Amino acid sequence: MEKMTLQDSNQPNNSPLLNSEADSQRTLYPYVTGTSVIALKYKDGILMAADMGGSYGSTLRYKCVERIKPIGKHSLLGASGELSDFQELLRYLDELILYDNMWDDGNSLGPKEVHNYLTRVMYNRRNKFNPLWNSLVLGGVKNGHKYLGMVSMIGVNFEDNHVATGFGNHLARPILRDEWHENLSFEDGVKLLEKCMRVLLYRDRSAVNKLQIAKITEEGFTISQPYSLKTFWGFSAFQNPTVGAEGSW
Amino acid sequence: MFRNQYDTEVTTWSPAGRLFQVEYAMEAVKQGSAAIGLRSKTHVVLACVNKANSELSSHQKKIFKVDDHIGVAIAGLTADGRVLSRYMRSECINYNYTYESPLPVGRLVVQLADKAQVCTQRSWKRPYGVGLLVAGLDESGAHLYYNCPSGNYFEYQAFAIGSRSQAAKTYLERRFENFKDSSRDDLVKDALIATRETLQGEKLRSSICTIAVVGAGEPFHILDQETVQQLIDAFEIVVDDEGPASEPGAAADEGAAAEEGAGTDTGAGTDTGAGADQGSGAAPMEI
Repeated sequence: MEKMTLQDSNQPNNSPLLNSEADSQRTLYPYVTGTSVIALKYKDGILMAADMGGSYGSTLRYKCVERIKPIGKHSLLGASGELSDFQELLRYLDELILYDNMWDDGNSLGPKEVHNYLTRVMYNRRNKFNPLWNSLVLGGVKNGHKYLGMVSMIGVNFEDNHVATGFGNHLARPILRDEWHENLSFEDGVKLLEKCMRVLLYRDRSAVNKLQIAKITEEGFTISQPYSLKTFWGFSAFQNPTVGAEGSW
Repeated sequence: MFRNQYDTEVTTWSPAGRLFQVEYAMEAVKQGSAAIGLRSKTHVVLACVNKANSELSSHQKKIFKVDDHIGVAIAGLTADGRVLSRYMRSECINYNYTYESPLPVGRLVVQLADKAQVCTQRSWKRPYGVGLLVAGLDESGAHLYYNCPSGNYFEYQAFAIGSRSQAAKTYLERRFENFKDSSRDDLVKDALIATRETLQGEKLRSSICTIAVVGAGEPFHILDQETVQQLIDAFEIVVDDEGPASEPGAAADEGAAAEEGAGTDTGAGTDTGAGADQGSGAAPMEI
């Protein structure tokens, strides 16, 4: 018996029983993450904003990650959280849209359908104790109907007129609650999003000053080129932030 | 007993390029009691003739609700029809679970046809002996499809299957151009008249027919017997029995007369009946 154990330990461990822990690969914690996504309904459709940072732990490792992607003809998906999980999700969705198009029968999946599909995927993965580590924002327009919703990594989902993930939920939502209204013009919508993004840029240490804003309407979607916000760091509170905060460094 | 040496296996071709087992399955559809469907832009109406197997028994159900937006009427082997409608129900529920929206009718019909096709290409299976009229509503409007055992499917403005369906088809062919803009009630009326055409001398009563409707703002449902009787009375179909509506039927009746007693869905074999129905010399695969 002892001898066998010895032999086993010298050979590559192939037994599924012995190896079960090593074989099971699941996200126990996220590696490369994106921070907040915020989105709102405006007069003609949906606007969505996200910066382009990718953090490796707390290191701002990547500076040009696209976190807003079009899904089919009617939807936009924005993601925060683990970026590789987002990429996996995009593979699922590409296949889904491909098969949907292959019917070639004039029917197509709208934002509501995609949102529900994402909910099912997220909840199913959490039931396997192997969640996709993301907060997702799904917005779109189909048949004159605007749709904006969110899904969390464990499958919690809801619709709202404006949504924000992560830090945005704490810093951007209060602003949106104050200033959002049904008839926002495109310009005002963008201004409102930029105001939120600026607050996040100041207060969220994983935010970077390079962002994209995406728009989707009945006519289709456009995702802006990356650009930066004007900032002003001359406030006295920024000069020496630890004054009056005893014990910090 | 056997027509020829090429009809014992599903997958054996005849030298003439026919699959006899599949064709026999199509005959089973013609033996079942009639089912009728017609549609306007916004509504689809299904109707069927109920025939009891014996004086002592009740009739079998021939119209099934699949989902709020889809229903089927069947002709042929009722047991096969039930299996297929259960399949359709489950497909609708699964789609609804994943996407929280109704399954497009055309897609369900294709899935159903693919399922039927597989049975024509496997040695250990048999084709389904049932034809289905699938009525449904989706984003692109109201639809009526006919699925047959060969795995073919067709979309129709109006159609009839089952025994003596030719008489109903003749009526529908004369009238279908008006259906597009028909009101719901007019569709039901036309369905009732078409149903009556398939009856041989028998009076149209609510006890021998079923009507179902699906349409904009109206989930698929089977009309209850009292309502149907009221409609029959209101449309005075019974009163003007010899009225103009029965005209087209008269011509078709001759053909239909040949198939005496082909009524039951379980189908005592009436070989000649189906023949008289459609001139079966032509390849029936095209149905």
